[in-house]
Amino acid sequence: MSSDLQDLYQEVVLEHGKRPRNFREVEGANRRADGYNPLCGDQLTVTLRMDGDVIKDVGFVGQGCAISRASASLMTGAVKELSRADAERLFELVHKLVMEGPEGLDMEALGKLAVLSGVNAFPARVKCASLAWHALRAALEGKESSVSTE
Amino acid sequence: MSGAPFDVARVRADFPILHQEVRGRPLVYLDSAATTQKPQAVIDALVRYYTHDNANVHRGVHALSERSTQAYEGARERIREFINARDTKEIIFVRGCTEAINLVAQSFGRSKVGPGDEVLITAMEHHSDIVPWQMLCQQVGATLKMLPVDERGDLRLEQLEANLTERTRLLAVTHVSNALGTVNPVRDIVKRAHAKGVPVLVDGAQALAHFRVDVQDLDCDFYAFSGHKMFGPTGIGVLYGKASVLESMPPWQGGGDMILTVTMEKTVYNRLPYRFEAGTPDISGAIGLAAAMDYLDTVGLDAISAHDQELLEYGTRALEGVPGLRLFSRARERSGVLSFLMEDVHAHDVGTILDREGVAIRAGHHCAQPLLSCFGVAATVRASLAMYNTHEDIDALVRGLHKVREVFA
Repeated sequence: MSSDLQDLYQEVVLEHGKRPRNFREVEGANRRADGYNPLCGDQLTVTLRMDGDVIKDVGFVGQGCAISRASASLMTGAVKELSRADAERLFELVHKLVMEGPEGLDMEALGKLAVLSGVNAFPARVKCASLAWHALRAALEGKESSVSTE
Repeated sequence: MSGAPFDVARVRADFPILHQEVRGRPLVYLDSAATTQKPQAVIDALVRYYTHDNANVHRGVHALSERSTQAYEGARERIREFINARDTKEIIFVRGCTEAINLVAQSFGRSKVGPGDEVLITAMEHHSDIVPWQMLCQQVGATLKMLPVDERGDLRLEQLEANLTERTRLLAVTHVSNALGTVNPVRDIVKRAHAKGVPVLVDGAQALAHFRVDVQDLDCDFYAFSGHKMFGPTGIGVLYGKASVLESMPPWQGGGDMILTVTMEKTVYNRLPYRFEAGTPDISGAIGLAAAMDYLDTVGLDAISAHDQELLEYGTRALEGVPGLRLFSRARERSGVLSFLMEDVHAHDVGTILDREGVAIRAGHHCAQPLLSCFGVAATVRASLAMYNTHEDIDALVRGLHKVREVFA
C-alpha cells in the first residue's frame, strides 16, 4: 500500500469507521442538525444535549464512508464536556489539519484527532472528514435545517 | 477500417490521453459514463477549426463566416444522418442532454401541460430527466408520476399502461440507465405510449457511444443526447424532435439567430431549427461532435457494440469472483456499466484506493438518487466502459478491489 494511503487509513481511522463511538441519538437532546454531502449522498445527524454553554452529550447516526464515520466518531469523543467556543476552536483546528496538513498546528490540542492528518493528501475526501463537524457547528448555532458540505 | 475486425489496440492508439501514468501507474479509465475520452480526430477537428475557419455563423458576408457556417451546418447534416432523422430542421444544437430536456420541459411542457395533467417518468432517470419535470409540474400545477423498477433493475413495464392515463401529456424515459447500464426497450415503450396518445422523450445520453440509434425506427418524439459522452467535446448536445412537434412549440430562449425581425412592438421568430438556437452557438463543439460521429463510423458501431458486450460479460464474471461484492447491474439487457458495492466498505473508500492504483471509477449516487434508493443504498461504485477498454483494464480493477479487501480486512 502506498504511504499516503496508509496515512489516510490508519488503524484508528479504520477501527472508528467500523465501530463508531456514540453512534446513537442522544437521549434528551436539545440540539440537532443534519449534515449532507451532495457529492455522494452521504447523510448524518448530530444530536447534542447542552447544559448552558457546555456539551454534556453528543452522538451521531447516519451513513457514510470510513473517513466520515471515523471523523464523526472521534469528534463525539473529543467535544464532550467542551464549551461551545472550545468545540468551535477544535473544529477550526481539524479543518486546518485536513485542508493544509499538520505543519504548525497544535497537535496536542488535537489529541486523537491527529489521525485525520492523512486526509490532507486526498482533497476529494476533505468533505468526508468535515461533514460531522459542519453538522456539529450547525447544531451549536441552534440551526435546525440541514447543512451541506457544498 | 469499417468492416475490419475490431482492434482495441488500434482504437487505443487514437486516444492520446490514455497513454499516461497517474500516481505512478498506467491510467485505467473506467469512467466513460461520466465523460468519454476524445480521439485525436476530434481534437484535430477543434484545432483545425480554430486555426483556419473561426468566425461567427449565419452573419458575415466574408469568407471565414461562410466557411464556419458551412462547417456548422455540415455538422448538423452529419448528425441528422447519424441518427437517421428525416430533416436537418429536426436537429437542434444545445449545450448538452440536460439543456435539451429543459428545452422540452419549458417549451413543449409549458404550452401543453396544464393544471391536473400528468408527466410520467421512470425510477431510473438521471436527475437531469427528473428535476426539469419537477420544475415544470410545480410551475403549471401538474403531477409527476414515476414508473417503478424491479429488483434486477428493469422497468416494471407491465405497469406502463396503468400509468399512462388520459391526463398524461408526456413520457420521459432513459434509453440506457447511467447508474446501472439497463437498456430499456424504447421502441416498444414508444409504441405503447403512442397507442395511448402520449408523446415520448428519450434520454439518449448513455446510448450513442455503444450502439446505433435510429430515431425514425424508435419513432420517439424527442431524443436528447450529449456530445461529450460519445467521444465529442463538452458543451455541445443535440435535441432531436419530430418536425411536426417542434413546429408546434413556442421558442424557449430569446436572442440573436432565433429571430427574423425585431422591432420594439413585435418579433418574428426564425424557422426551425434556428428558432431554438438563441445566441452564438458552440460552433467548434458541433464540428467536433460530427468528427466524433465520423470516428464512430470509421471504427464501426456494430464492432463497437460487440466489443462492449464482450467486455461487459468479462467484467461481470470477473467481479462475481471478488468475495463480498454485490453487483447491481443485472438487467436483461445491459450496456457499458458495472455498478457494485463491496461488503462493509463504502463506495468512496473503494474509489480512493482504486485511484491510488491508477483506476478511475465513479463512487456516489450517479445523479440517480431515486434509483439507488430503490436498492436501499446511497452510493455505489460504478465502473463504466467504452470502446477503448480492455480485459487488462478489468483485471486492474479486480486487482484494485483485492487491495480494498486488504486495507479493510
